[in-house]
Amino acid sequence: MRDESYLSLLLSIVAVLTPLSLASVGGATVIYAPLQFEAVDARHWITGREYLDLFAICRFLPGPSSLLGAMIAWKVAGLVGALVAMVALYLPSSALAYGVGMIWDRHRGKPWHTALERGMAPVAAGLIVAGVFTLFQLSGGDLLTGGVIVSVAALLTWKRKLHPFALLIAGAFVFEAAHLAGYLA
Amino acid sequence: MFFWIGLFSFGGGLMPWIHREVVTARGWMKNEQFLTGVALSQILPGVNSVNMAVYCGQRMRGLAGAVVAVIAMLTGPFLVMLLAAASYRTILGVPWIHAAMAGVAAGAIGMLLRFGISAVQTIATGVVPILVALATFVALGIFKWPLLYVVAVAMPISVALAWPRGKSDA
Repeated sequence: MRDESYLSLLLSIVAVLTPLSLASVGGATVIYAPLQFEAVDARHWITGREYLDLFAICRFLPGPSSLLGAMIAWKVAGLVGALVAMVALYLPSSALAYGVGMIWDRHRGKPWHTALERGMAPVAAGLIVAGVFTLFQLSGGDLLTGGVIVSVAALLTWKRKLHPFALLIAGAFVFEAAHLAGYLA
Repeated sequence: MFFWIGLFSFGGGLMPWIHREVVTARGWMKNEQFLTGVALSQILPGVNSVNMAVYCGQRMRGLAGAVVAVIAMLTGPFLVMLLAAASYRTILGVPWIHAAMAGVAAGAIGMLLRFGISAVQTIATGVVPILVALATFVALGIFKWPLLYVVAVAMPISVALAWPRGKSDA
């Protein structure tokens, strides 16, 4: 497991994750299928059952859900593997974002730049609201979830000083209470 | 600061956190500039929130800012991930965890809604931007068309419509 074979394991982690870093346009969801194919079927790093378990736990963790890649790397290659996976996952896409950002800044103030900036803002606003809607549907789309969503948004509007973290905890307590009352399965 | 954002970002609720810290609380950026970053980081490959960290860090402190923002944002989740990977069977076995996590997720969507409202307020400068935002929402949220196609169609139209106004005050 040491030396040469370990090094080639690390290299194959990079080989699997780097393309995924650049392929994940529009969220991590597109990488799940290819990641599963590589990790389970092609390379036998983990079993399908383990993949599903790790996937489930990743959805409950903070941070981007593509951390799943690093989690798998941790399972097969330990801490070094996980660190290598982090670099492979996030360096390529971040470097690209940085390059685009540099070009972006260089042309600040030109008419087409202003038009682009103005034109993109409404699309972004539509994306955000659509994201809220889709997440609401994914989370079950029930009254309890909807109620908590609207209450949090309203509280953040009327009481601007309120720390959002307090609201997230409150959301957890509301669901916990509903769970105990038998409303949730 | 990005360290805490990364750590508390459950279930894709990252953008509103960044928005709150960068625009609302600290005034490092204007709302419109922030929305550009949102659109850019959605189009570019990679995780949106990490791209957004690059965008914000770069605008504030150049290369160093971008590097610090990304590392800070990923360190917390990475450590939590290691802990979770080591003990995930135990965690999934705890019965009350699921309800609590669902509650946190719902709260995070609420934050996102609040952010969406402020985004709509920013762009509501005329009929055209409102229609563009509405069309984008319907195409993605209701019809579930793929993000890439929706953006590929909506972006040029929106930019073309914004052109005359852009010229006049450039």
